Amino acid sequence: MDTAYLIETIIKVVAILLIFSALAGIGTYFERKILAFMQRRLGPMYVGPYGLLQVAADGIKLFTKEDIIPTNVVGPIFRLAPVITAATAFMAAAAIPFFPQFTIFGYTVHPIVADINIGILYILGVMAVGLFGPLLGGMASANKFALLSAARTAAVFISYEVVSGLSILAPIMMVGSLSLIDFNNYQTGGISHWIIWTQPVAFVLFWISAFAETGRTPFHLIANDHEIIDGFGTEYSGMRWGLFFIGEYANMFFISFVIPLIFLGGYGDGSLLGALGLIGKVAFFFFFFLWTRAAWPDVRPDQLMWLCWKVLMPLAVINVVITALVMMF
Amino acid sequence: MKMEQFNDRNVADNGYFLVDIEDYPTDSWGKFKRVVKRSFKGELFVGLWVVMREMLRFDIHTVKYPQEKMPIGPRYRAVHEMKRLWESDTERCIGCGLCEKICISDCIRMDTKIDENSRKEVSEYTINLGRCIFCGYCAEVCPELAITHGGEYENASEQREHFVDYDYMLTPIDTMKAKAQKEFEGFGAITPHEDERVKKTPLSY
Repeated sequence: MDTAYLIETIIKVVAILLIFSALAGIGTYFERKILAFMQRRLGPMYVGPYGLLQVAADGIKLFTKEDIIPTNVVGPIFRLAPVITAATAFMAAAAIPFFPQFTIFGYTVHPIVADINIGILYILGVMAVGLFGPLLGGMASANKFALLSAARTAAVFISYEVVSGLSILAPIMMVGSLSLIDFNNYQTGGISHWIIWTQPVAFVLFWISAFAETGRTPFHLIANDHEIIDGFGTEYSGMRWGLFFIGEYANMFFISFVIPLIFLGGYGDGSLLGALGLIGKVAFFFFFFLWTRAAWPDVRPDQLMWLCWKVLMPLAVINVVITALVMMF
Repeated sequence: MKMEQFNDRNVADNGYFLVDIEDYPTDSWGKFKRVVKRSFKGELFVGLWVVMREMLRFDIHTVKYPQEKMPIGPRYRAVHEMKRLWESDTERCIGCGLCEKICISDCIRMDTKIDENSRKEVSEYTINLGRCIFCGYCAEVCPELAITHGGEYENASEQREHFVDYDYMLTPIDTMKAKAQKEFEGFGAITPHEDERVKKTPLSY
C-alpha cells in the first residue's frame, strides 16, 4: 500500500462525502419543486432565484438549531442512531463505481473507492445496517410514536431484505461476480446486452425493494408523517435529525446508482457518452422516487410484509430457479 | 343563469351517478384474483400519468401572496373606511354617534364639537381594532353611509390594542379629487361574476 494510493483514496472519500452531502441537500430542493409542480404549486420561490438558495437556508437552520437530548431518552444510543444512518449510507458508496475510469494528467483514476470482489453483497449489507438508525433511534426515544416507528422498521427490515437479496441472486448467477464493475463490463455491448432484458422480474423486484430500503413513498411507513408524526425522528432536532435526512437522501442517490449499474448497463463501454448515460439513468431513478411520492398512496406495514413475503419472495425464488434451469441446459 | 336549475332538485337526472363498486371477495381465491387483477390493470400508472400530466401542463395555482393578492368580495368586512361626499369632498360623518352607540364590542369612541359654522364636527374618532369583531353594525346603522368596511385585511399588530383614527380611515383628499373613492356596495352585494361560478347544491330530499 503505497502513499499515492492512500492519498488517492482519501481524496476520493472526501469527494464522495462532499458531493453526496451537497446532492442530498439539492435533492430536497428537487423533491420540493417536483412535488409542487405535480400538485400545481410553485414550491420554494423566495430564497434566491427560483428558491435555489432554500437549501442553504435549510442547512443554516439545521446547523444552528439547538441540539436537544430529551430527558427520558437512552442518551448514548439516541446520540449514536443518526450517525449510523448517515455513516452507513456513505459507507455503501465505497463499492459503487460512479464513473468509468478516466485518465487525468497521465494518471488513471478509478472512480470507485474500493473495488472489492463482494461489491453488491457489501452494498446491500451496509445499506441494511443503515436501518439500525431508525430502529435504535426509535427505541431510544421516549414516546410511543417513535417506538411504533422502530417496530415498523424491524418489520420492513425483515421483509424487503429477503426480496432484494433473492432478486439480485439471478443476475449474480448470470454474471458470476459480485463486483459492480464486472456487472458493468458484462453489459458493455449496448442496450441489447442489458441484464434487464434477461431478468425483467428481478429488475422489478429489486426496484420495489429499493423503495422499501430507502423508505420512500409506497413504503414510507417508518416515518409516516400523517400516522406517527415523524416516527423515529419525533424527538430529534437540529443536525441529528439532519443526519437522518442526509442519510435517507444519500441512500436514494446510491440506490439510484446501483439499479442502473446492475440492470441497465451502467456506464456502458466507459466512454464519456456512457458516463453521461449513467447520470441520466440515475436522474431518472431519483426522479421516479419523487414521482411516486406525488402519485401513490402509502401501504400499511402488514401490507408491506404481505407483499414482500407472500408475493415478491416466491416470485424471486421462482425467478432464481428458472434462471438456474436455463443456465444449466 | 336561470332559476329552474336551482329549483330542480332531482339529483338522478343531472349527471350524478352511483359509482360501481364490486363486492369484496370473501374466499381466498377471490382475493387472489383481485390481487392479480389490480397488479396487471395498470392502475398505478394511471396515478403516475395524472401527476405527470399536471406537471407538464404547468397550470400553477399558487398566489404569491405578498406580491399578488386575491380580490376579496365586496361583502367582506375588513378595516373601516370613512367616506367623503362626492359633491363637496367634505366628510360625510355628521357626528351623530349612532355607530358608537350600536357598537356591541364598545370599540368606537368619538368626540364632537360645534365648529365655527355652527355645524357639528368630529374632533376625535378612534376604533380599537383589537376589540372590534367586524360585525358591520356601525356601517349598517350609519345614516350617511359615512363609515363603511373596506378591504384592508392586513392588520397585524404588535399589541392587542390596535387603534385606527379618523384620519387613517378617511378617504384621502387626493383620491377624492381623482374621483377614485370606492363606494361600499353594502350587505348583500355579490362578488362580480359570481353568477357564472355558482354551483347548485344537490338536494335529494
